[in-house]
Amino acid sequence: MATAGVVPKMGVKDAAAAEGEGIRWDKAACRFCGVGCGVEIGVKDGKMVACRGDAKSPVNRGMMCIKGYFLPKIMYGKDRLTKPLLRMKNGKFDKNGDFTPITWDQAFDIMEQKYKEALKKKGPESVAMFGSGQWTIFEGIAASKFMKAGLLSNNLDPNARHCMASAVGAFIRTFGVDEPMGCYDDIEAADVFVLWGSNMAEMHPMLYTRVTNRKVTGKAKVYVLSTFTHRSSEIADKTMIFTPQTDLAIANCIANYIVNEKKAVNKDFLKYVNFKRGTWDTGYGLRPEHPLQKKAKNVKTAKKMHPATFEEYAKHIKKYTFKYTAKLSGVSEKDLKTLAKVYANPKKKVMSFWTMGMNQHTRGVWINQLVYNLHLLTGKISEPGNSPFSLTGQPSACGTAREVGTFAHRLPGDLVVFKEAHRTKAEELWGLPKGLLPGKVGTHAVKMMRNLEDKKVNILWVMCANAFQDYANLNHWLKAARDPENFVICSDPYPTMSGMAADLMLPTAMWMEKEGAYGNSERRTQFWRQQVNPPKGAKSDLWQLVEFSKRFKVDEVWPADKVKAANASGKTLYDMLFATKAITQYPVPDTSEFANDDATDFGFHIHKGLWEEYRKFSRVKHHDLAPFDEYHKVRGLRWPVVNGKETLWRYREGYDPFVEKGSGIQFYGKPDKKALVLMYPYEPPPEMPDDEYDMWLVTGRVLEHWHSGSMTMRVPELYRAFPNAKIFMHPKDAKKRGLKRNDLAKVVTRRGEVTARVETKGRNKPPEGRIFVPWFDANVLINKCTLDATDPLSKQTDYKKCAAKVIKA
Amino acid sequence: MAPATPKKRAAGNIGRREFLSLSLRSMAGMLAGGGLLGLYIKGEKARSAPLRPPSALAEEDFLGRCLRCGLCAKDCPYDAIRMATPGGGIVTGTPYIEARKIPCYMCEDIPCQKACPSGALDKGMEHIEQARMGLAVLHDQETCLAYLGQRCEVCYRACPLLGTAMTIEYKPGENAAYFLPIVHSEACTGCGFCEHVCILDKPAIKVFDIALVKGERGPHYRKEVLR
Repeated sequence: MATAGVVPKMGVKDAAAAEGEGIRWDKAACRFCGVGCGVEIGVKDGKMVACRGDAKSPVNRGMMCIKGYFLPKIMYGKDRLTKPLLRMKNGKFDKNGDFTPITWDQAFDIMEQKYKEALKKKGPESVAMFGSGQWTIFEGIAASKFMKAGLLSNNLDPNARHCMASAVGAFIRTFGVDEPMGCYDDIEAADVFVLWGSNMAEMHPMLYTRVTNRKVTGKAKVYVLSTFTHRSSEIADKTMIFTPQTDLAIANCIANYIVNEKKAVNKDFLKYVNFKRGTWDTGYGLRPEHPLQKKAKNVKTAKKMHPATFEEYAKHIKKYTFKYTAKLSGVSEKDLKTLAKVYANPKKKVMSFWTMGMNQHTRGVWINQLVYNLHLLTGKISEPGNSPFSLTGQPSACGTAREVGTFAHRLPGDLVVFKEAHRTKAEELWGLPKGLLPGKVGTHAVKMMRNLEDKKVNILWVMCANAFQDYANLNHWLKAARDPENFVICSDPYPTMSGMAADLMLPTAMWMEKEGAYGNSERRTQFWRQQVNPPKGAKSDLWQLVEFSKRFKVDEVWPADKVKAANASGKTLYDMLFATKAITQYPVPDTSEFANDDATDFGFHIHKGLWEEYRKFSRVKHHDLAPFDEYHKVRGLRWPVVNGKETLWRYREGYDPFVEKGSGIQFYGKPDKKALVLMYPYEPPPEMPDDEYDMWLVTGRVLEHWHSGSMTMRVPELYRAFPNAKIFMHPKDAKKRGLKRNDLAKVVTRRGEVTARVETKGRNKPPEGRIFVPWFDANVLINKCTLDATDPLSKQTDYKKCAAKVIKA
Repeated sequence: MAPATPKKRAAGNIGRREFLSLSLRSMAGMLAGGGLLGLYIKGEKARSAPLRPPSALAEEDFLGRCLRCGLCAKDCPYDAIRMATPGGGIVTGTPYIEARKIPCYMCEDIPCQKACPSGALDKGMEHIEQARMGLAVLHDQETCLAYLGQRCEVCYRACPLLGTAMTIEYKPGENAAYFLPIVHSEACTGCGFCEHVCILDKPAIKVFDIALVKGERGPHYRKEVLR
């Protein structure tokens, strides 16, 4: 090979030089995607000046993508916020005023006033918080305590709702415990990778290099299922382009082959599963008055599952023959058969990957479950290489949003607000009076905005997220934010779209400017120390939540009997939630080498206190986490961590310490320790192209930008690499509309329009009749066009399909 | 700190595509290896001719025909075409492209060519993909992140002819594959997008004068045919 001799030994000189530069190195987790790469942070003179992939990290083994390469630049954008900014006129808050710098005290004053007004007038349901899978775990715990146990409002939901709520729904329904049973080690053991609606090549770059290595060393095959051709198609043995929504039929078709045609069901495994029939015709999570909601028969009973037999299941899927499915999906019978054989072959270890293609889906929970069916029918689960694997988008979607339970229906450790026993457990572990926690499920993310529009929610605090860029059907919510009855707060390091839509922006310390912890897609919890000081004036989300809790006397927010029961009259939420003995017992750590602003400000090691309290929740449902200090020593640990040992594969004897000896497999999240095989049909999406809106609009991301571009668009090199969102379309579609590559065109839907340039030759190649537009670009707010239809089960929005037209701008 | 490179590199098989494609890699490899030629062509000045607008005649003819009228620059929708000012090392008043700043966007209707009154931009070129403004060469593998095993390939994803002018060679590593960008001279127009987007402080891939960088085999040699 021409290049073999000249590939340089990586960075030997660089590293040696760096050691001599007076740089302090320490480990951390990357700020971007759910892969959770280990990075090393180089600090000199109080500034992050260097970084490198962490060679000791089992995730990325020293490698990084370009977002990781530019980590040192994300904290130093020129427009970092350093003072709270309030819309003001004549020295007073004014909804139509200009953003004016104020002090933190003044910021909390106006917030206190607004919160108390709303609580007094309409109660706890009038306040809401939109949080984040980018919060550190500690911040998630603080938010959960503040909202649920403090203000007694379950109106807390993270941006992770838009990201992997469908995956969660399916995990809980199928296995009774959240998150994948396998781990990244499956990659090196799998024979076949099937990507169901995941463009890993761009979205999970470092994990994809491991998949690619299997492929190019001839050890594995790769099949890609997608609605358009993308970068992951390139190494694929076969890319199967299907009509949006027909993945439901494809999964059933493969099952039909396994069950009815090939008779390849793993009979020994059937004893570990139950069969059930789901509820169909459940609507599309639209507003109740929408005709499609009215038309649907089972909107209210969407969650119900009915007992069924294997025979009934076999009969149900009989309809999904290769012929029927090929016609519906556009994938050839031959290709469908190839894929079906992969799952049916007992000798092939199969890893199914998916992300937004399956989760952002009005039948997202269904399709997740239909793919689990394939693994359960064949027993290809919970062992090295046989692994249905849901990838996450955010760095701590698992660690924070899911495990801490910052959702409207959840509590930490897989507990839920609507079960009294769970609430009691949470009250006990948090040291709170019994019966305090509210049992009514709060507003999920989409409902939160609808309620803001309806003025049922009047206070919305957006934290560590870019709500007003990432919500579908955005025009509505941008308007709702400006309603004089509503007050919107946005905590962010930068003035994002959401900041501009808000009334108050709070300058936020980010990432390495605080002690933190993230949990990645493979259940790996990773900690870091505070590496640098934030710009003066910026404060962490944790500080903001905890400090603001001092503004509420429990007497103002808790019922009198609970105040009395806790003997807490006169005390603040801070006293009851954060400055408790359980938390203050940990003194401020030694800050001679690493600062710890949060701990120093509060006078105790608040992160450790919150962690150790939260750790008790982790033991309720087999999520066992290790003691705080352990995580600062290691490159992360995959829970459950039992007797100091992490768990790589769950539910199988020999790998999982919770599986009883002699039982083989135990899906112990379920009372009878059996997983579910669910019956669901293909159902059409809520909106399909018609004569006027004649194209499918698919949205997504690009490798260069993440998290709405709020950080990556501030890195000049990443900006230059992909500065504007484009309309990826088929050259024939462009020609039909009189468009050339690079022409400005409008994407128009029933909800809104944006203008962007046409790309007919780029990285994504949609088939005729489909366009792809990424959403990172605040100048091309494609979410003005998208439809806010959601999965009735997971409440996750479908960003992947709606009807649009493209016209010359 | 130990370098994070895989300890050993599995010997990759030479693929069919590699034989068939007119890739520049062997030459690029030689340059990066520190050959004299490598030193010679480093830097902007080493280009024997500046990057001219698409469909420009060969440099000598171009200079003879070009009226220095600036109409091509005026009609460039992206301001990619600049007019040389004195002292810049390019014949004063002639149009050129500085790809690192603004590359050629490869307009399908080639407005610069249409605007040219003199024929310095050759109207005989029908499709923008026939343009040969120069040739992109990944000249510095020592700094290119892809060769360090990192996921970058920004140049490849930005290539307007992704898939033909540039491809990725997936090279096995110990645990993770290398994603190496490859330029194919039979399709590269020299638009300079790769050079423009390269995320390094100084680009590891640049567009050069084709005559300067393209090798030539002995006329007796016939490429083997895989059957």
